[in-house]
Amino acid sequence: MTETLLDIKDVVVEYPSKGFRKEPFKALKGVSLDIRQGETVGLVGESGSGKTTLGRAVLGLAPVTGGGIKYRGREISKATRAQRRDLSHEIQVVFQDPYTSLNPSMTIEQILTEPLTVRKVGRQAANKRVAELLDQVRLPPGAAHRLPREFSGGQRQRVAIARALALDPKLIVCDEPVSALDLSTQARVMELFIEIQERTGVAYLFVSHDLAVVRHLSHRVAVMYHGEIVEWGDGEQVTGAPEHPYTQRLFMAAPIPDPDRQAQHRADRLRLLELQREQDVQAGVA
Amino acid sequence: MYQFVLRRLLSGVLLLFVITTVAYLLLYAGGGDIARRIVGPTASDAQVALKASQLGLDRPLVVQYWDWLTGALTGDLGRSWFNGQLVSAGVSSRLSVTLSLVLGATIIAAVVSVVVAVWAAVRRGWVDRVVQFVGVLGFAIPGFLIALGLVSLFALNLKWFKATGYVPITTSFGGWAATVTLPIVALSIGCIAAVVQQIRGSLIDALRQDYVRTLRARGLSFNRVVYKHVLRNAGGPALAVLAVQFIGLLGGAVIVEQIFALPGLGQITVAATGQGDIPVVMGVVVATAAIVVIVNLVIDLAQGWLNPKVRLS
Amino acid sequence: MIESPPPMPAGAAKVSLFRRLLTHPTGVVSMVLLVLVALASVLAPLLATHDPNTASVQQVLAKAGSEHILGADSAGRDVFSRLLFAGQFSLAGALVALAVALILGVTAGLAAGYYGGWFDSVSSWLTGLMMALPGMVVLLAARAVVGPSMWLSMMIFGVLLSPAFFRLVYASVTAVRNELYVDAARVSGLSDVRIIGRHILTVVRAPVIIQSAMVLGIAIAIQAGLEFLGLGDRNIPTWGSMLNDGFINIFKSPTLVLWPALIIGLVCIALTLLANAMRDELERSRGPVKKSHKAAAAEAAADAEGAAEKRGAAAVVHADEPNEDAGEILLEVTDLGVGYDQPDGSTTHVVNHVNLTVRRGEVHGLVGESGSGKTQTAFSILRLLPQGGRITGGSIFFEGQDLAQLSEKEMTKVRGKRIAYIPQEPMSNLDSAFTIGSQLMEPMRVCLGISKAEARKRALSLLAKVGIPNPERTFDAYPHQISGGMAQRVLIAGAVSCEPDLLIADEPTTALDVTVQAEVLNLLRELQDELNMGVILVTHNFGVVADLCDRVTVMQTGRVVETGPVRSIFNHAQHPYTRQLLGAILEDTAPRGQYTLKELKGVAS
Repeated sequence: MTETLLDIKDVVVEYPSKGFRKEPFKALKGVSLDIRQGETVGLVGESGSGKTTLGRAVLGLAPVTGGGIKYRGREISKATRAQRRDLSHEIQVVFQDPYTSLNPSMTIEQILTEPLTVRKVGRQAANKRVAELLDQVRLPPGAAHRLPREFSGGQRQRVAIARALALDPKLIVCDEPVSALDLSTQARVMELFIEIQERTGVAYLFVSHDLAVVRHLSHRVAVMYHGEIVEWGDGEQVTGAPEHPYTQRLFMAAPIPDPDRQAQHRADRLRLLELQREQDVQAGVA
Repeated sequence: MYQFVLRRLLSGVLLLFVITTVAYLLLYAGGGDIARRIVGPTASDAQVALKASQLGLDRPLVVQYWDWLTGALTGDLGRSWFNGQLVSAGVSSRLSVTLSLVLGATIIAAVVSVVVAVWAAVRRGWVDRVVQFVGVLGFAIPGFLIALGLVSLFALNLKWFKATGYVPITTSFGGWAATVTLPIVALSIGCIAAVVQQIRGSLIDALRQDYVRTLRARGLSFNRVVYKHVLRNAGGPALAVLAVQFIGLLGGAVIVEQIFALPGLGQITVAATGQGDIPVVMGVVVATAAIVVIVNLVIDLAQGWLNPKVRLS
Repeated sequence: MIESPPPMPAGAAKVSLFRRLLTHPTGVVSMVLLVLVALASVLAPLLATHDPNTASVQQVLAKAGSEHILGADSAGRDVFSRLLFAGQFSLAGALVALAVALILGVTAGLAAGYYGGWFDSVSSWLTGLMMALPGMVVLLAARAVVGPSMWLSMMIFGVLLSPAFFRLVYASVTAVRNELYVDAARVSGLSDVRIIGRHILTVVRAPVIIQSAMVLGIAIAIQAGLEFLGLGDRNIPTWGSMLNDGFINIFKSPTLVLWPALIIGLVCIALTLLANAMRDELERSRGPVKKSHKAAAAEAAADAEGAAEKRGAAAVVHADEPNEDAGEILLEVTDLGVGYDQPDGSTTHVVNHVNLTVRRGEVHGLVGESGSGKTQTAFSILRLLPQGGRITGGSIFFEGQDLAQLSEKEMTKVRGKRIAYIPQEPMSNLDSAFTIGSQLMEPMRVCLGISKAEARKRALSLLAKVGIPNPERTFDAYPHQISGGMAQRVLIAGAVSCEPDLLIADEPTTALDVTVQAEVLNLLRELQDELNMGVILVTHNFGVVADLCDRVTVMQTGRVVETGPVRSIFNHAQHPYTRQLLGAILEDTAPRGQYTLKELKGVAS
């Protein structure tokens, strides 16, 4: 029996608008989602869909103004800094940009021990842990004393993953962690994600705009559009036979890397758009 | 656009009001101490009290301020405590001298800076390095030292210019030019150094922008892109630094006027400061603040013209 | 597949700013001078030959000599001794101003930047207020009230200087506050104090030190100015009061003004030069990010060169498909090399021996990962390489002329009219200061020599053609008022506005959402069909290649590794790198599948 790790219920996130008495901007309009132990939930959407905001809401970095987020039954959407500190060995994060998510003036060792110091891990134990972590993400032990700028994008992302793993979390929020990487680097980093999951049983909330990436990694997939989840379910189902019109459009828009199949795909897309337009017209009439 | 102008105008008036209010309260808060300083440490308490009541300093501060403010709104800034002259007359008669120095220096600085900065930013290499080094020196040396150097070199040793004195422009343009040239040069050097650095930096930034390549790829020549697009985009920060420099020049003019013995605002300010002639000091503060507010307003409008984002948001 | 350990860069490790300054010529000279002045001032009681305040009627304006090394002033006081003691007061006064400015500016900047809110608004407003009046005028006004105390004046000046630090710290903190690594620290549960200490103070420290040097110089200058006006405390010697005395007696004893002027000037210059030296060193230490990136690319290119030479340097070339209706050759790039000149005089080669043929009516995909040289190749065809870059060899024949040999003036005639360009990032490629319409019209009028009215008509019809719903409104809009997808359409409209023969599109859909990408790809296809252009499509996305391209050239570390018709590349790739790239495509891999299916059912039932 698997346990529900994270239960997101009707979450609303609002950012105050600039200007006097203006309506606040609603980034999330009541989103519900759950993640089980050891599972990957993919979150797909285009820019402005709110997918990143949902990830940040889970991390306590976005203002949740409605609904709730339960971690193992505990409400965390209004957690204080001290409660967050307790959560830090449960929920961790890997960000998109491997260039700005590591402090350029700290060595890799300092970066990796930072979360450990919060938990008051001794110096010797911390050093041992750093070596373990570097090994886990397949970086050589010598990396510890170097600065982030000496590493390539893929290597930096490995450091970011190692930092997330430092406290043995049960859930990692991954915000577009492979989007800034080259194709072959991206593939290797994704294999690393899967390998770590299989070994440690960590769950991922995997946010990405790339359908292929999400499909490859996720057990279940949620599709976001204008701050709402429009389709949510089994990964194979959602990415193979989407039901919501937006999901259908989204999946037809991504070109297939094969000239002949793409020609067909393109024609199918135009037909789908035509069909949806007719349906809209009919709905409008009816 | 009208809304933009109106908003800036209102905030300018508000700023002027706040500055003068704060200045008045700070200057007059001394009350009895002010009177004591005027009549001297040996005077008796009765003499101090008499002086205070003569000057109206024994009234509540708010009442004094209200009197001053209602007067100021009609152009009456009171009279000097020492020579009884109208403050407004004293200030306005000297304003033209200071303004001709400061405006002259600003205009020269703006023109020279743009030319030098474009040269340095486009050519780079040794030209750029020389400009940078000279710029650092020009920025580092205090303006009044430059003024002292100019006086001793051109006026005392070479005798090309008169060391001191002022001829109004209405009397003789040549005479005016001969008396203000050295002060303006002295003031503008530091200003040029600062503005060149800023324009050069923002030009180099602007030259790296993607749209420069795209516009060139569409068949516009490099020079056209630089003069029409890059300069305009670098103009915003340049104007901002020019505004800051202008304010600095108003301060620098005080010392430079002293060195060249020019009858500007600086002269009465120094005299009034030494004597503790507070109505005159207050008058100078009002005049300076008004100039600053007007200049900022002009710069803001120019910014709006340069950058549609400022104007439209 | 498990990656072999990545190669580790050599060198690095942190070197302190101070140690690096010791290698900077002007930095060392400035520091030595400042230390000497400071030492001389501190040791004034030991070094001085006279009491600085003892006046002597006999010695009034005495010439320099054995009694007075630098002569005596108008009251007969020894100039040399006064200079030393004046240093104590002048420097201490400036330090007082600096301390006040630092304490106020840095703390307020940290608090306002990190917490924002009302404190932010209030302190920003106060800063604006303080900067609205010239410091000198405020000091004079204050002097009228508080009297001639140097210490009080300098404290007030410190308050007036605090915005310099406030703005600096505020800007750094607001920039850092939104950095992802600060978010990561929050997620790790670090307290605010710890985040400020660890991540924010380290960023702010160096700029604050630099600013301190500048502020110290300004404080010394303004203090000297105030004393020079004769408004200072007459009981203590300062450089400024000596200057005043010298200026009054400039006709009688010209050297009197020289010494204080010299020392004030030197100290101010040294402080500014020191600040600049620190800035230089700081920038240098941040520099290697780019350098090492380039150097890595260069190394890789060199490696590739070596490997290629061993293999005989041949790229895999696939035969054309037999029934292909080949158009005339439009562009023929042969043996192209591109290099960047380095400060040490060497050249880093980023493109080596590249051959590329584009026919009329053909969409030619230029594919590769970052550092492969694909964008550099595209820019060199346009002759718009970034600063420092140049074509180091080979030829670029376009309709009979070698673009590599053309003058800038001749090349300007080719660009826009014959060869056009679509960039990657739509927003940054429009000039935000001009309307969309004026940016569309300006090059058209230059290239085609048409009137403003005609250009306007053409621009409007182009906007309609690229699928912009309300051309008139977009024409009058500024770039920040339209969406990224619309901006890219505007750029495409601009690129085809003069009906070019060759279009170079550099990752034209990478910055767009996938649904917008599909639309833009369709638009490109239609336009290419209609105008029968040759197109070079630089991309890393094989989906885009499959959608649009007729031929593909694959690049790796500055070289072409494989080229051929699109189907041959997809179906019969031969070069290991091409195969590796195709193997990394995820589209055809199986989905992850269901997560522990049985247990899921168990939960459901």
